[in-house]
Amino acid sequence: MTLKMIRGYPEYMRESIEMVEKTRDERIKNKEKEIELKMSLEEREELLNKFHPDYAPGGKRELQVGVNRGEIVPNEVADILEAWPALNPDEVDLNDIDYDVDILIIGGGGAGTVAALWANYEGVPAENILIATKLRHGDANSMMAQGGIQAADRPWDSPIIHYLDVMGGGHFANKHELVKALTEDAPFIIRWHEELGVMYDKDEKGNFIERWGGGTSRKRLHSAKDYTGMEIMRVIRDEARNRGIPVLEFSPAVELITTEDGEIGGAILWNMETKEYYVVRAKATILATGGWGRLHIRGFPTTNHYGATADGLVMAYRAGARLRDLDSVQYHPTGAAYPEQIVGLLITEKVRGMGATPVNKYGQAFVFPLEPRDVEAAAFIRECYARNNCVKTPTGMRGIWLDSPMIEELQGEGAIRKNLDAMYRMYKRFGIDMTKDPILVFPTLHYQNGGVEINANAQVIKGDGSPYPRFFAGGEVEGGVHGKNRLMGNSLLDYNVFGRRAGISAAKVVRNSGKPGKLTLKHVKLFAEEIRRIGVPEWRRSPILLPDYRGKRALARKIDLPILE
Amino acid sequence: MGKKVELLDVDSEKIMEEIRKAASPPEEVEHWVTIYVMGKPYKVPAGLTIMKALEYAGYRYIRGAGCRAGFCGACATIYRKKGEYRFRTALACQTTVEDGMYLAQIPFVPANKATYDLDKVKPSPNILLEYYPEIARCVSCNTCTKACPQELDVMYYVQAAIRGDIKRVAELSFDCIQCGLCTLRCPAEIQHYHMAQFARRLYGKYMLPKSPWLTKRLKEIESGMYEKGYEILKKMLEKEPEKFKELYINRVREKEEKRIMNPLELEGED
Repeated sequence: MTLKMIRGYPEYMRESIEMVEKTRDERIKNKEKEIELKMSLEEREELLNKFHPDYAPGGKRELQVGVNRGEIVPNEVADILEAWPALNPDEVDLNDIDYDVDILIIGGGGAGTVAALWANYEGVPAENILIATKLRHGDANSMMAQGGIQAADRPWDSPIIHYLDVMGGGHFANKHELVKALTEDAPFIIRWHEELGVMYDKDEKGNFIERWGGGTSRKRLHSAKDYTGMEIMRVIRDEARNRGIPVLEFSPAVELITTEDGEIGGAILWNMETKEYYVVRAKATILATGGWGRLHIRGFPTTNHYGATADGLVMAYRAGARLRDLDSVQYHPTGAAYPEQIVGLLITEKVRGMGATPVNKYGQAFVFPLEPRDVEAAAFIRECYARNNCVKTPTGMRGIWLDSPMIEELQGEGAIRKNLDAMYRMYKRFGIDMTKDPILVFPTLHYQNGGVEINANAQVIKGDGSPYPRFFAGGEVEGGVHGKNRLMGNSLLDYNVFGRRAGISAAKVVRNSGKPGKLTLKHVKLFAEEIRRIGVPEWRRSPILLPDYRGKRALARKIDLPILE
Repeated sequence: MGKKVELLDVDSEKIMEEIRKAASPPEEVEHWVTIYVMGKPYKVPAGLTIMKALEYAGYRYIRGAGCRAGFCGACATIYRKKGEYRFRTALACQTTVEDGMYLAQIPFVPANKATYDLDKVKPSPNILLEYYPEIARCVSCNTCTKACPQELDVMYYVQAAIRGDIKRVAELSFDCIQCGLCTLRCPAEIQHYHMAQFARRLYGKYMLPKSPWLTKRLKEIESGMYEKGYEILKKMLEKEPEKFKELYINRVREKEEKRIMNPLELEGED
C-alpha cells in the first residue's frame, strides 16, 4: 500500500497540520506569554525524573574496572570502556619510531585544529606538529553545529551572567575554573575569529546579530546563518593548511603510549586503509577526539558525525585518566522525526530561538520553547509517550510539531531562507517546505556532557587528582565544563577555548621539556588483565572507530577467508 | 512558581524500549529497488538514502561518509539513471535511492589550494585572479552550477570573482560544503571552492566591520573588572550553594535591548 502524499507529508498527517494552522495566529499574538509555561526547579526535576532517558531505569551500569570504578555510566559506554584492547601490544615495536614530533594532536576536528594553530602561534614550528585523525581533516561534529556560539559581548550582558547561565544549565555540577575560562575567554575567541575572516551575521556597525539559546538569560548566540559550525571549521582548517600543519587522515590513534615515569609519550596510530601501525613519540599529546553520539545510547538516533565513537575516552581511561559526568547524556530536543531519511538529524535550536513554538498534535503549546535542553527533551517525550498527543510517522516514530512558519510571520517573510538555509534545503530535498508547513521533531542523541577531566590549563587529570604535565584535552572529549547539561552555543565555544588552552599549554611543554621518558604500552597489558578478571567476552574490543550499519541480510552471509586480509 | 506538578503514572523504562523500537530499522521491507554500485546490482529497500542503501547492501564506509547530514561534502556522488545519458550529482546522505541508479562515489578531490598569509594580502580587485589565475579561463558553460548539490550559483560567483567583486563571491558561495563536484566537472579546471574560501575570508576579515561592543568588552576583561565577580560566585558556590541557586533562578531575563547592567552588582540584579 502506498500512502497518498501531499506536499511531502502523508495525507493523514495533514489533518494534524490543519489543527496547527488553526491555532497559529492566536499563538503568534500571545508569543510573549509563552514565558508563563516556564517551569520551576521542582517541576523540572519531576519531569526529568520521569521522562528523561538518563533518569529512566535500565540504561546504565556501574563500571567494574579503572579509575572510575563504582561510578555509573550508560551501558553502551561501559561496553567500550570495559573491553579488550583492539591492539595487541606485543605486535608493536616501540623502538622503531615513525614520527618523532613536538606535539601530537589526536583528532582533526575543531579542538584539534585550534590547538594546532595556537601551538604554532606560540612558536612551535608547523612541521613539528602532527594532527592524526580518523576521517578527513574537519570531519567532526564541529562542522555540523548550526545555531551558533555564545559570548557575552553586548553592553547589557556580561561574562558573569554567561557564567551563571552555564552553571544553572549544568545543574551546578560544573567545575568553576573551567566555566570561568569558558565565559571569560569567549569574547576573545570571537575577536580571533573576526581576524581569521569568519563571516558572522552582523549589523551595519559590525555588531553581531545575537539570538536566544535555551537556558540563557541574554541573547548572546553569534551565528553565521545556520552554518555556524561549518563556517568556523572551514576557516580554521584553511588557516591550518596555509600554515602547513601536517595532517594524517584515516589514521586514528588506537592506543596512547605511556612512559616509564608515568607520563603520556605519544600514541599508536593505525592506517585504516593499509592496516599499518605508526609509532608517534611526542613531547606533548593533545586529545581532541570528540564525543560519543555514534554509540546510539538507549537506541536513540543521533545528530553526530560518522566517527563519534568515544575513542578518546577509551584510550585515556586505559592510561589512567579520570572521567567525569559520564552519567549525563545530552539529547537534543529537536531531531528530525520525519521523513525517515533524515531521522535523528539536528534541527537547530535557532529555529526555536527565532520564534517557532513546539506544539502537539492538536496545535497546542505545551512547554516553554527555550527551557534547557534536557528539560525540553523530557517534555517532548512526555507529550509523545505519556499524554499521547503526538503524531505517528509511517515507520512508527512519534513526534511533535515545530511550527516553523511562525518564523516567517514573526521575523518577516524570507527570514527562514536568510537565517536557516541549511534547514530549509534539507527539508526541500525531501519535498517539505518548512516556510509553509511545520516540521516533525523528537529528541535525538546529541552530546557528551562529561568526559576526560581537565583543569583550566587543559591538562588531563589523573586518577589521583594530579594533572599530567604532558597530556591535554579540548572539545567534546573533555568534561567538567558543562556539568550535567550543556547549553546551546557552548560547544563551539568549548572547543575554541580549551583547544586554544591545550595548544598554548603544549607549546609551553615543548619550550621547557625534552623528549618524554622510555615509551611503553605496559598500561594496556595491565588493563587487559583487569578485563580478563571481570570476564569480558573475547569479541568485545575497543576503540571501535566506526559504527557498523551493514544490513542484517548481508552480514548473515559474511565470511572471512584467511586470504587477502 | 507554585504551579502544580503533573504526576503521571508511567513506566519510564518501558517508554525507553518503545523509543528504541521506533528508531530501529523495520523488520519487514515492503518495496524494493535495484541499484548498481559501481556497476554491481544490489536489491535494497526503497526509501533509503544512497548512503544507507550501500550499507544495507553490505558496504562499510571508511572513505565517503562524514557528517551524514549534508554539511561536510564527504559523500559526493556521481550517478546516472537507467536509460539516460546525463550524469547527475548528489550527496549520498541527502538523496533517496531510485530504481536503476548507477552510482559512483568520489572519495577525494585532488584540487589545488593556494596558500596565503591573510594578514599580508589585501582585498584588492585583482587578488582572486592573482592567487587563482585559472578563473579567467571560465567559459560560462554553467556545468559547475548544475553539478552543485547545494544548488548554489557557482558560475555567477566565478564571474563575480573575475570582476573582483569579493563581497558577491562571499555571499553567493556561503553555503558551499566544499565537496569538490564543481571542480571535477569544470572544463576550465577551476578550483571554485578553494577560491571562494579565500574570498570569504577576505570579506570576513577586511570588509565586515569589527564589532565595537566586542572591542569594549575585551578592554573590560583585560582590565580585570570581572575577576571580583567570579571570585564572589566561586565562594558562594562552595559555601552557600543554596544562595547560588537562588541567584540563578532569580536572574532577570533580557527584555529590553538597551538595558545596561553592571555585573558587579549581581546581587542587586533583581
